[in-house]
Amino acid sequence: MEILKSKRFQNVSIKSVIYAFLFLGAVSVAVPYVWMFVTSIKPIAEIQSYPPSFVVKDPTLLSYKDLFRLIPMWRYMWNSIFVAGTVTLGNLFFCSLAGYAFAKHRFWGRDKIFFVLLGSLMIPWQVNLISGFILMIKLGWLNSYNALIVPQLAGVFGVFLCRQFIMSIPDDLVDAAKIDGCSEFTIYRLVILPLIKPVIATLAIFTFLQQWNSFIWPLIVINSSKMRTLPLALSVLNGQFGTRFAMVMAGAVVATTPMLIVFLAFQRYFMEGIAMTGLKEYGKL
Amino acid sequence: MRKKGFFTSLYEQRWAFLFIAPVVLLFLIFVVGPLIASFYWSFTEYNGIHAPKWVGVENYKNIFFHDARFWKSIRNTIFYTLVIPPGVALSLLLAIAVDQRIRFKNFFRMIYFIPSVTSVIALSVIWKWLFAGEKYGLINYFLILIGLKPVDWLMSPFWTLPAIMIMSIWAGIGYNMLLFLAGLQTIPTTVYEAAEIDGANIWDKFRYITLPLLKPTMVFVVIMGFILSFQVFERIYIMTESEFGIGGVLDCALTVVAYLYDMGFRKFQMGYASALGYVVFAVVFIITIINIKFLKTKVEY
Repeated sequence: MEILKSKRFQNVSIKSVIYAFLFLGAVSVAVPYVWMFVTSIKPIAEIQSYPPSFVVKDPTLLSYKDLFRLIPMWRYMWNSIFVAGTVTLGNLFFCSLAGYAFAKHRFWGRDKIFFVLLGSLMIPWQVNLISGFILMIKLGWLNSYNALIVPQLAGVFGVFLCRQFIMSIPDDLVDAAKIDGCSEFTIYRLVILPLIKPVIATLAIFTFLQQWNSFIWPLIVINSSKMRTLPLALSVLNGQFGTRFAMVMAGAVVATTPMLIVFLAFQRYFMEGIAMTGLKEYGKL
Repeated sequence: MRKKGFFTSLYEQRWAFLFIAPVVLLFLIFVVGPLIASFYWSFTEYNGIHAPKWVGVENYKNIFFHDARFWKSIRNTIFYTLVIPPGVALSLLLAIAVDQRIRFKNFFRMIYFIPSVTSVIALSVIWKWLFAGEKYGLINYFLILIGLKPVDWLMSPFWTLPAIMIMSIWAGIGYNMLLFLAGLQTIPTTVYEAAEIDGANIWDKFRYITLPLLKPTMVFVVIMGFILSFQVFERIYIMTESEFGIGGVLDCALTVVAYLYDMGFRKFQMGYASALGYVVFAVVFIITIINIKFLKTKVEY
């Protein structure tokens, strides 16, 4: 609603109310993050001092040192990066490939298969929590990268996204490449892939974010301490060292910062991508 | 003749089948298979180790007629959906404010969106510390400052769920704001100008232009809110986990999925938990169908 875009309401008082409102909102978003950081560098003596203060008199990195000494944080970070990275690459490849087939090929049962895949988006993941866990036991995949990666390698939503985008590419381009004697895979690689970069970027962000923050699946399939991902490590930290607030906050800083930096660097893509994929929440459960 | 033609054409389509094969295979193994298995197990008594024992509809019967914890979790989940009205109102207001001709537009948008890229686990851990019981908790300190009594948020059966809901409203605003913003930007300025010529004030414009034209976005945000409320788990797990299980004092914050997790992975009643999974499925499915119906009827401008 464009209250101010007309001259009649171009007055100062409304504008300052709006700024005040926006500013208040920004502060209330920022405070928990600032508090997390401030707490993480407080010495133990200052943490429970009253009144609580945003000023640290005697800042220390002790909590970070303890964090990395007591639990294998580097290993967890690597687990998170490896799992999220592999799943993202897998999704980019498999989803764009299938999206291409669904968009540009005619084959037996195409629309029916696609309809079934799409319909599965309505299924809440909880219904497969138990059976997914049992399946991992039967496959002998508990506590392995396989369990974290393989089931997530080709999301239906990614296929849908790619198909919609590839449908807007003119058939002539594909046909011309066929006449030139390109194999189907060459057409995918040299014609389709370069044209769908925007949707690839969106899907990459969407998938990586989802995997990086994923919690419940790792929670049930991982119980060895070496295989934890960052969110899981943070939840264990919260359970085991719940009273050492500074250390838990240091863990939260370590788990949050990488994604925050990536977001600040690519925020435009994030927000466009999320608005574009708005029809599906991404694991913020 | 026809049969041969069919197989020849299948052969000609081999590339397409090859291209969709990974997706379809993974889908069959990790979605369809488990879906069927858990449907079967929902009619059995199963602890994950011994062979499942068929009990018919016993699990469902117990869930609906003899399970006080289930109904408690349903009540809590329904109470949790109260995050939707304030969440929608605040994000709509923010979207409208950001949509004005103001400075630092992108800065504000970016700030509000930050919680949406932070893991719920990190957010829950941070808020657990903000809600910390005694006076060194930031929120309680603030309450004391404005002359209220401090509250033992996460230890009190009354306040645990509201505390988690406050965090959820905070965490969800940026995302919904972005959806509303996308909706607002589809409304042409000329509509407002025309209304102004007719003498409409700010409230009129909001009531008779913005709200009706935003209805599709609104419906989507509200329905998504319901679906996500029925699936809420991670924040409950972090904020209420203790040696006694999850769900807080006297199950005060036990939601449906938290209950499912508790039954499946703490009490190892896998058959019963599978049945609970299908109950969640049914509820979400019904909400989704309503969603589609609404969105379809909502194309009239």
